[in-house]
This record gives sequence, structure tokens and C-alpha cells, in this order.
Amino acid sequence: MAQAMTRSAPGGSPPKRPAWRGILIGWSFILPNFLGFALFTLIPMLAAFALAFLKWDSYNSPEWVGAANFRRLLSDENFYVALRNTFAYAGGHIPLTLVAALGLAVALDRKLRGVQFFRTAAFFPYITSLVAVAVVWNMLFNPTAGPVNQFLHALGVDDPPRWVASTDWAMPAVIVTSVWRDMGYYMVLFLAGLQTIPKEYYEAARVDGANTWQRFWKITLPCLRPTTFFVVVMLTIQSFKVLDLIVVMTDGGPGRSTLVLSQLIYREGITEGRFGYSSAIALVLFVIVLTVTVVQFRLNERSSTR
Amino acid sequence: MTALPDAPPAVAPPRPPERSARPRSRGPRLVRRALAYGFLLAVALLVLVPFGWMVSSSLKRNNQVLTVPIEWIPQEFRWSNFIEIWDRIPMATYLGNSVFLSVAITLLQLLTGSFAAYGFAKVRFPGRDALFLAYIATIAVPWQAYMVPQYIMMQRAELTNTYWSIILLQAFGAFGVFLMRQYYMSIPDELCEAARIDGLTEYGIYRRLMLPLSKPALASLALLTFVNTWNDYMGPFIYLTSNELWTIQLGLRSFVGQYDAEYAMIMTGAVLSVLPIVILFLIGQRYFIRGIATSGLK
Repeated sequence: MAQAMTRSAPGGSPPKRPAWRGILIGWSFILPNFLGFALFTLIPMLAAFALAFLKWDSYNSPEWVGAANFRRLLSDENFYVALRNTFAYAGGHIPLTLVAALGLAVALDRKLRGVQFFRTAAFFPYITSLVAVAVVWNMLFNPTAGPVNQFLHALGVDDPPRWVASTDWAMPAVIVTSVWRDMGYYMVLFLAGLQTIPKEYYEAARVDGANTWQRFWKITLPCLRPTTFFVVVMLTIQSFKVLDLIVVMTDGGPGRSTLVLSQLIYREGITEGRFGYSSAIALVLFVIVLTVTVVQFRLNERSSTR
Repeated sequence: MTALPDAPPAVAPPRPPERSARPRSRGPRLVRRALAYGFLLAVALLVLVPFGWMVSSSLKRNNQVLTVPIEWIPQEFRWSNFIEIWDRIPMATYLGNSVFLSVAITLLQLLTGSFAAYGFAKVRFPGRDALFLAYIATIAVPWQAYMVPQYIMMQRAELTNTYWSIILLQAFGAFGVFLMRQYYMSIPDELCEAARIDGLTEYGIYRRLMLPLSKPALASLALLTFVNTWNDYMGPFIYLTSNELWTIQLGLRSFVGQYDAEYAMIMTGAVLSVLPIVILFLIGQRYFIRGIATSGLK
């Protein structure tokens, strides 16, 4: 995707046409979408930056207050809780989904009759609506009679966690649910990446006597690097902005144990009507996502030039 | 991951038959294959267990859902749950609303997205690539960061609690433009050139050449948009307050909130909310997977 963004399209029009006609025709194609895009995405996005420096709620008119919203943020306990929870979620969701998706892709990348069925099965959770997913998993995680804890009992765990009913285990429960839901999506990306690895590499390694494990570490993983990088970037963005799953599954609870940044933005901005303050939180979220993504790009560049 | 036609991950390209370096006997190979199937079956079961449990619970009585030990297959199948639910909550209204929103947004996205994509891929004019970059950049910005300004805008325009808010916010996404442009880029320019020489205008080329050629990409975009809209929770949750406007997702969530002990009924509702998507997915699976592998984006 990265190349496609920067590469300029081989445009089609012959040079004999006057330039203004090209502009006119080009814009006439883009305009219907651009109007909606500019009005409902671009302008709100830019407005979000400005709002962060305003004191504005549903009752009073906006007033420029500089960094006051951010100073208030520093003394807001909810903000620290949400920040920590967001990082906890990302710290669980990113690596676990990555490993699960890669594992599924490698397992399902074989010539076997019926493999298509298994791929469909693995992708299935992703297209299921979040509400259904949350409802089902909340019951699976039921502390007393839920199938998850019955299974743990059968394994000999006498005192299984109380999952969504406990402040310590609610976040792990949310992470498990989201990994289950998202792994099929990233598996599709990994499967596409696996198709690009020349089969000759494996042949050669086999002749040299490399076993399955060695082939995975020495061929599959290095060749998958571009895909892995892309998946990690996408996963990171997706993890830090997590909102709907939390809202539907735990609504931030019990207590504040699963309150995340996006949810704080929602509560402050839309429920409470504190537009300026919520935009300051949004700006922090954006800066976090941007920083992590930029660092990932840097790391990727460095290790690919090595 | 750039062009559609060469990224069909679901249908693996035919590989040369495995030439084993050393001749193997038949026995171990059969065992290996059996092991492979056993392993895959275990994985599939693990992934599908929540679905199985959902369907099985939807056919039980409320007090039979959370039992020790788990009853995987209900003693008696209560199909009546699937009739009762329509009276318990306005299921038909919710489903109808979801269909309306999903169809409207999908159509608008297809139309404006493919139209703009043609401008970005096949018409050359100054500023085009910078503009496209702006489109791409917005995809990386989390929507949560600007949902509040969007909300203020809709509130001022008095469009909250109407379908307009949802449709306007979701129909012009950058994603559709991006996906369609990727596909158009893979169609050779010579084809457009020939059409131009034959006297077709740019709009003619779009309609008579590009649209028919890009049917697979249109199908991908249509399915992805439809499913995303159908499954969307936050949009309707923020904007729709009147019960009669609710989508199936909101309806189901509110049912769970009100009757949290009616486990079986909740599961029946969940099954009904997922069913249309499952059917759509099984029909159009190919396009789904391609769309995702092409764009790597939701």
C-alpha cells in the first residue's frame, strides 16, 4: 500500500488538451465525493485540533483558553486510569492478535482438500456484529456457570477468575474477545503475504536438511516482514482507538477497570457536552497513535537497511 | 497488496506438485495428513465454539442456558423462541432500519467512491496526487479523535436523531475511493486511450468501460460497506435516540440491558442479527477476502 500512495498514477490524457479542461474534468469526478469528505471528515478533523484549545460546552459560547484543557487533563484521575487501560489493552491485543493471526495463516497455508472451509471458519468472527460477539462472550465468561470457567474447572483450576465481574480480570476478558474477533482479519493479510514467498526457497532449504521450525524462522518470517510491519501498524492504530467493543461489553466497568481513552472522549464530549476538554483528550490520543506509528516506521526503515 | 487481480489469497495459485526430495512410503504420509486434519479441526472448533454455543442457547429455555455441566445440544429444541422474539421487541422495525441504512450508505459509497476514483486514477491534473494523499492520511486518523466535532456539526444542523446524520457521515468515506483507485490503476491506460480516440468522453469511459471492468472491486466494496454499516454500533448509538429509528444492533443491546436474565431470548436475537450477514458472507466470500487483502483496511 505504501508504494501505491506515493507513486503517481500514470494519468491518461494526451497532452494536446488544454490544462484547464483536465482540471475541470478531474474535479468533476472527484467533487461529489470530495464535498461529503471535506464537510464530514476533513473539517471536523481540523476543528478537533482547534477545539482542544477552547473552553466550550453546550451552555456557554467558545472561549480561547490556550493550554488550560491540557493542564486540567494532568490533574484528571479518570484520564490516567483511561491512559493506563488503553496501554494495557494495546499491550495485550497487539501481540496476541499478531501471533494468533500468523499462526492461523501458516497453519492454513497448505494444499489440503477443504482448507477453504477452515479459512472461512477462522474469518467468521470478524464479520459478526460486535453486539452479538459481546453478548455471547459475556455469557461465556459468566463467573459461576459460564462455559469458560467450567472448562477451567475441568482443567483443575479451583478458583477461576471472575472475568467481566472482576476489576482485575475484565480487561483480559475483553482482550481475549477482541483477539478472537480480529485474528481472522489479519490472517487474511498474512495469507496474502505468504503467497508471495517463492516456493523454491523452501525446496532449497529442505534439500539442505532444514526442519519445519528452521524453515519458519529462516524463510517464512523474514520474507513476511513487509506484511508483518503493515499488520503491526494497522493493529496499533486499531488497538489504541478501541471503543465499541468496550462500550458494548463492559461499558468501562466494573468501576473504571476497562475505561479507555476513546470512551473518555465520548463521555466528556457527547454525554457531558464538554467539547473543548474532550477534544484535548482526543488530541492526546491522536498524538499517541501518531508517535507509535512513526516509531514503528523508523524501526522498520532501520532494520531493512541493515 | 497493491492490485486486485494478483492478490487472490483465498484461492491459492496452483503450486507445482510437491516433489519430495526423497521417496516417502505411503503410510507416514497418510498419518501426516490425518494429523494435519486433526489439528485444523481442533483449531476450527476452538474458533467456532462461541457460535455453536450461541445457536444452541437460542433454542433453549432461559433457565437451561447457564447450566453445570454445559448442555451442548438442547434436550428439546424450542423453535418457538424464533417466533416469540418478534413480539418481544420490534424486531421487524429494527431489521428494516438496518437494511435501509446499509443499502443507502452502500449505494452512495459505491457511486461517489468509484466516480472519484476514476478522477484519481485516470485523469491527470495538477494537485491530484496531493489531494489523494490527504484522503489517505485521514484513513490513519482514528475516527474517535474527531467524533465530537462531527457531533457538534450534526447537532447545529439539527440532524441528530435522523438517518441523515448516519448517512452523511458514512457515505463519503475515503476507504471506497482508495479501494476503487487501486483497482483502476491496474487497468491499462492504453484501454482508456483507445476509447478516447474512438470519441468517448471521460464520463463515457467511466460508465461504459471502467464500471463493467471493475465489477469485482465494486462487489468487494459493496460487501465490505454493507457489513460495516450493518454491524456499526457507535454511529447509531450516538445519533439515534428514538426507538423507531434504531438499528438491529441498538435494539439487541437495549434488549440485553432490559432483560439480562432472558439468556435464551438474547441468544435468539443475536442469531437473527448475525444471520443476514452470514448468508451474505457465504455468497460473496471471495470478494470480501479480496477487498481486505487489497486494501488491508476496514
